[in-house]
Amino acid sequence: MGSMKFTTGILKEETNMSNITNQAPVRTSKFSLPNIFRNSRNEEIPLHPFRVIVEKEISDQVRSWRFIILIAIIVLTTLGSLYTSLNSLSEAIKVSHVNNSFLFLKLFTVSNGTLPSFFVFITFLGPLLGIGMGFDAINSEHNRGTMSHILAQPIHRDYLLNAKFIAALTVITFMFFALGFLVMGLGLISIGIPPTPEEFWRIIFFIILSIVYVAFWLNLSILFSVKFRQPATSALTVIAIWLFFTVFYPIIVNLISKSVIPGQMATSYQMYFAEELKVNLMRIVPNQLFSDATTTLLVPTVRSLGPLTMQQVYGTIPGALPLGQSLLLVWPQVTALIAGTILCFVISYVMFMRREIRSR
Amino acid sequence: MDETIIDLVDLTKKYGSFTAVDHLSLSINKGEVFGLLGPNGAGKSTTILMMLGMTDPTSGTAHICGIDSTKNPIEVKKRVGYLPEDVGFYGDRSGLDNLIYTARLNNISEKEAKVKARELLKRVGLSEAIEKNAGTYSRGMRQRLGLADVLIKNPEVIILDEPTLGIDPKGIKEFLRLIIQLSKEEGITVLFSSHNLHQVQQVCDRVGLFVNGKLIAVGDIRSLSQRLFADSPYSIDAGINLSASDPKIEKLKEKLSTVEGVTNVNMKDNKFHLECSRDATTEIAKTIIESGFDLNYLNKKEYGLDEIYYRYFEGGDEHE
Repeated sequence: MGSMKFTTGILKEETNMSNITNQAPVRTSKFSLPNIFRNSRNEEIPLHPFRVIVEKEISDQVRSWRFIILIAIIVLTTLGSLYTSLNSLSEAIKVSHVNNSFLFLKLFTVSNGTLPSFFVFITFLGPLLGIGMGFDAINSEHNRGTMSHILAQPIHRDYLLNAKFIAALTVITFMFFALGFLVMGLGLISIGIPPTPEEFWRIIFFIILSIVYVAFWLNLSILFSVKFRQPATSALTVIAIWLFFTVFYPIIVNLISKSVIPGQMATSYQMYFAEELKVNLMRIVPNQLFSDATTTLLVPTVRSLGPLTMQQVYGTIPGALPLGQSLLLVWPQVTALIAGTILCFVISYVMFMRREIRSR
Repeated sequence: MDETIIDLVDLTKKYGSFTAVDHLSLSINKGEVFGLLGPNGAGKSTTILMMLGMTDPTSGTAHICGIDSTKNPIEVKKRVGYLPEDVGFYGDRSGLDNLIYTARLNNISEKEAKVKARELLKRVGLSEAIEKNAGTYSRGMRQRLGLADVLIKNPEVIILDEPTLGIDPKGIKEFLRLIIQLSKEEGITVLFSSHNLHQVQQVCDRVGLFVNGKLIAVGDIRSLSQRLFADSPYSIDAGINLSASDPKIEKLKEKLSTVEGVTNVNMKDNKFHLECSRDATTEIAKTIIESGFDLNYLNKKEYGLDEIYYRYFEGGDEHE
């Protein structure tokens, strides 16, 4: 309940803001009072229907048990991984001789082996969150009989689909920023060393990357919620895809790369080719893209995501990459993830717009 | 008075080779209560969806309040309240919240929506269930909430798709009374589809008969029956104390068919079934008695929608 009020509060605030900007020339001279005093006046202007749907979807998400359970799992694992990383941080400092200045980032990456680190958790649980929020987006609306009811209102049909996506994305964004700052804050309290601006920005980019990653899974599950009438079918299908990518696909890639691996006598070019093939095959998997990108962002010493030849490494000075170079390195990965997200959205959009909506 | 508000011209919808709606032309006047009557799968819902612009017609046009539904569905939906068949609400929200949500989708401010929603809920008789979750509503309550939901946008036209399906008889009566009251008080045009002819008969000014995607007859019930049974508007059943195998029956049958106005004579289960172009009850009774038979049953029927309905829907197969 509280959280719902919270979101409504935010949106209302925004209306007030937009009203002010709309009517600013007339009013500035007359009113110098804070927003609160104008509330009664501005409430008469209704919200745009799209915003109304988004608002409702957000409050639906936040109030649902599913979301509460998912968020509980994620918060618990976050705290768990934070605990292990704090425990093993001192060891990590001793080991890392290259650059101690990225100590703060280690909060997200270091683990003593009992529990995976924060970013590994996100790789694993992020998809689950996305799937959980999207797998019944459209078909549940259909099964409840609310679809034809909503579409009989004077709104464009795509509002519903877009609003579902925007709402889930908003919730995810808030959640990940909250989690990221939670880890940062707790880390700050316990280790007492503030992050450098670069570290801070790296963490922000990591959070944005996580949001994109979850958005991909969210859209994939929305796609199946448009495709299948039964929520159970769509949920199982997306989970099957997720399992395939996390468990089976690496096995298949291993088999393939084993079959093409050259013998002892192979030239270095052949070796390079085999390795490149394996890496490229793995890059189809969104999880791989995400973990490649996060590793690069959170471990600044990573300088390439593909195989490197001796000639390339020869003569390099061991050191961290600057943020800009790291971002440049992960750019293809990020683009691929965003492209995947957009692709899923476009397919579900087309399917949804073409469908004839009948009652139940 | 006779201002056309719904105007359908040559509306056709094909699904592959199947024609759901076949060159339908229909115009409905402002303030009218119009019943779209037809068996399941006749194309009633498809027609309604096309009127709202929720599905595109294969050919033909639909205009509501002078607006093309296919080209400008948003404007049409602003003016038309549509209650889908078996409407659903968000079960975890109260009836009031559901209404407010609909109102806000129609660009009504939250404050105004609250006032209006309460008023409408009272009007449809749900004042006690305002704060209850819509998931706990019974079927009849849901329909009434649906009616409130349709009305909250101040529509010029309301379209109800099988609104009485699944409500108990008492509920149906109340619901229909509510519809009529609204139509008369607010001057709202009502179009509702049904396969139950009795309800249609009770409340509709005009009726359209819909079979296999074709509108086969339109008009008020009296003119319909007159037109459909132009040659034999009366039907008389006469029972006698003899079995059909008796040879005398044939004689009587001949005699009866000579009575003025009788167009058709049938014999079934000791009963004559006569179709007449005029009220020939007295003559028939006289003929039977004068022929020396015992008349033990005489019944005169005027055609209601029942007969129209069955005649058409039974006949519908023959025409194919």
